[in-house]
Amino acid sequence: MKSGKRQKLLGSLFVNGTLLLLVILWTVPTLGIFISSFRNRNDIAVSGWWNVFPHREWKVTREIDPVAAGLNPDGVMEVEGVSGTFDQFRAGLTTPEGERLIWVGNKRIGRIQVQEKVWTVSWNFTLDNYRQVLGGQNFEFTRPDGTVEVVPGDNMAGAFLNSLAVTVPSTVIPILIAAFAAYAFAWMNFPGRRTLFIMVVALLVVPLQIALVPILRDYRALNLNGTFLAIWLAHTGFGLALATYLLYNYISSLPRDILESAFIDGASHFTVFTRLILPLSLPALASFAIFQFLWVWNDYLVALIFLGGNPEFELVTQRMAAIVGARGQDWHLLTAGAFVSMILPLAVFFGLQRFFVRGLLAGSVKG
Amino acid sequence: MASTKEISQQKLSLGAGLVSLLGRVALAVGIPLIAFYVLYLGFIFLRDSNAPRGVIALVAIVWGVGGVAALYWVFNDLVERLSDAWKSRLLPFVFVGPAMAILAWYLAIPTLRTFWISLFDRNGPPEGLNLFQQLTSDSFVGLSNYAAVFTESLMREAFRNNLLWIIFGSTFSVIFGLVIAVLADRSRIENAAKSLIFLPMAISFVGASIIWNFIYEYRPAGQPQVGLLNAIVTSLGGQPQAWPQWVAISPWNNLFLIVIVIWLQAGYAMVLFSAALKGIPEEILEASRIDGANEFQIFFKIMIPSIRGTIISVWTTIVIFTLKIFDVVWVMTGGQFGTHVIATQFYRQAFTNRNSGFGAAIAIVLLIAVIPVMYYNLKQFREREAF
Repeated sequence: MKSGKRQKLLGSLFVNGTLLLLVILWTVPTLGIFISSFRNRNDIAVSGWWNVFPHREWKVTREIDPVAAGLNPDGVMEVEGVSGTFDQFRAGLTTPEGERLIWVGNKRIGRIQVQEKVWTVSWNFTLDNYRQVLGGQNFEFTRPDGTVEVVPGDNMAGAFLNSLAVTVPSTVIPILIAAFAAYAFAWMNFPGRRTLFIMVVALLVVPLQIALVPILRDYRALNLNGTFLAIWLAHTGFGLALATYLLYNYISSLPRDILESAFIDGASHFTVFTRLILPLSLPALASFAIFQFLWVWNDYLVALIFLGGNPEFELVTQRMAAIVGARGQDWHLLTAGAFVSMILPLAVFFGLQRFFVRGLLAGSVKG
Repeated sequence: MASTKEISQQKLSLGAGLVSLLGRVALAVGIPLIAFYVLYLGFIFLRDSNAPRGVIALVAIVWGVGGVAALYWVFNDLVERLSDAWKSRLLPFVFVGPAMAILAWYLAIPTLRTFWISLFDRNGPPEGLNLFQQLTSDSFVGLSNYAAVFTESLMREAFRNNLLWIIFGSTFSVIFGLVIAVLADRSRIENAAKSLIFLPMAISFVGASIIWNFIYEYRPAGQPQVGLLNAIVTSLGGQPQAWPQWVAISPWNNLFLIVIVIWLQAGYAMVLFSAALKGIPEEILEASRIDGANEFQIFFKIMIPSIRGTIISVWTTIVIFTLKIFDVVWVMTGGQFGTHVIATQFYRQAFTNRNSGFGAAIAIVLLIAVIPVMYYNLKQFREREAF
């Protein structure tokens, strides 16, 4: 009995320990840029983000002047019970008390620093990164030596608004169109119903790359390229097959008698659809909406092709990719920008997690 | 007397009928015209306006969403004015029509057009000619684009890399998803752990690329490393590397990109496996425990066989996903350092090189590669009847 209990304890330790390890592994990448986005620009460049956690670091406690101490740098020197040549001191020597002696500067006028390991945190947080990355205007940055550098802002705020203007209609329009179609497939009789529905299902396989070359030709011919309408329609087209299929599954499973009694009362199809079907399908609509929202917000390829020619309409993903390309070393901008681009999806994700899981289980995976 | 009265009444009602008919026609024609005109004004405003960004965004949202709703309302209104016979004939098409039109324009017809374009040289089929003239023009190259797709050295590299993506990306996503789902099922921190593991699903590929670029950040040896991976490697006495760009170990440097997708997709696998595991009846597990099976035997002999269907469908879904992978590679390396995949080659050929024929051929190859996997997946959906 006792060994059984112990085994159970060990088992739960193993389960929770492994799980915790995996969770940490999965979280650390995001945590890293989240912390970095609040760190001072100079700190990011010279030290890792994990330095915000308490760690031991060498700190200078005092300095010894070799000349005053009568040391000869060309021979073996003895300081505080440690002896070594100039090169050894330059690399750093550890005293028996745990201090470190290090020669800084050149041979003739250098000094020996006595350093001690102390617990420290690097908590020099700032919002400047966000200010620079969000703003469209020039941004003044004070270097550590006091000089002021003027850097252009990255106008992520503008890109954020553009992304909103692209994403909201690109989410609502396909759902509305798909809901109408799903209703017709489920509750109306018309010639070609089966054939058309099979076509919708067949189109689930078509990768969107197929459509890019011909659609771009159409857009050029119609002078639509680089407009909001162009990208809404494109996202609508690419999301519609899946939306219709999923909403059909849901709407066709609604109880038949509710609708029939509405028709007997003289309601038209349009009334039944807007007053009955839409409210009843809200869970399905919400779960698909979350996915379509995330796809469109996070999309890069479609925006690159249909909005690529118009810098005014740049979206957050394009803006971020542009910063990566042009200033891939400016981690203070990249980290803050990445977080700006993630804030809305994360809010949606945490706020509507229930629908998110539900949508995943229903097959909301874009083919 | 009576008859004249009737006649005048008839005249009156005829007049009233005429007026009401005219009114109905005017309404029927006028409302759509006004609606179209307002929508057109909105389109012009959005295209040409210099108003502040926030105003444009707001107008765009209202115009786009309201416009589509208005169109349905207008067409429904039009059809409802007709006789009942016509109404029941036309109304279904008001409902499905827009969806079918958009699907035809954006997916069905482009598939045929892309195939057609893939038979021509870099400029595509010459415009202004009929199909027969196009076929006999000099631009027609037959299947030679397809031959090039399978022989060009960069394309071969792309196929090889996609194979790596499929094998490692999907397999490890499934393994991690499964392990996490099983562990979380027995843990008290189940919900918190699951949330954190599938949080990356909300992050864009571009965002994920930045996150992982920061982990791989390289500084020459001797300088303080700010990238986590190199900091760990140097503290263990190793040499810092620019991992995804490390050509010396090609093609294995692709693994550093594949890790990103595993990180993104394991959460998806986990959610589906978790739901499937909860569907295994508790009695079966309990019975095998009483029979003396240990946890590993239960995992391999009971859990895995009972959720086999889910495992395969998750695996195939991630296979499709990795087949079409684009953003991660494009942002991380741009396809350099031996990391091209099919989708980046497609972009490079179709849009950077402006070789429509070649690009179209790659897209068709991608479609053909996806079809069997997707077909299998759909069959699975049917059986599960989810939602």
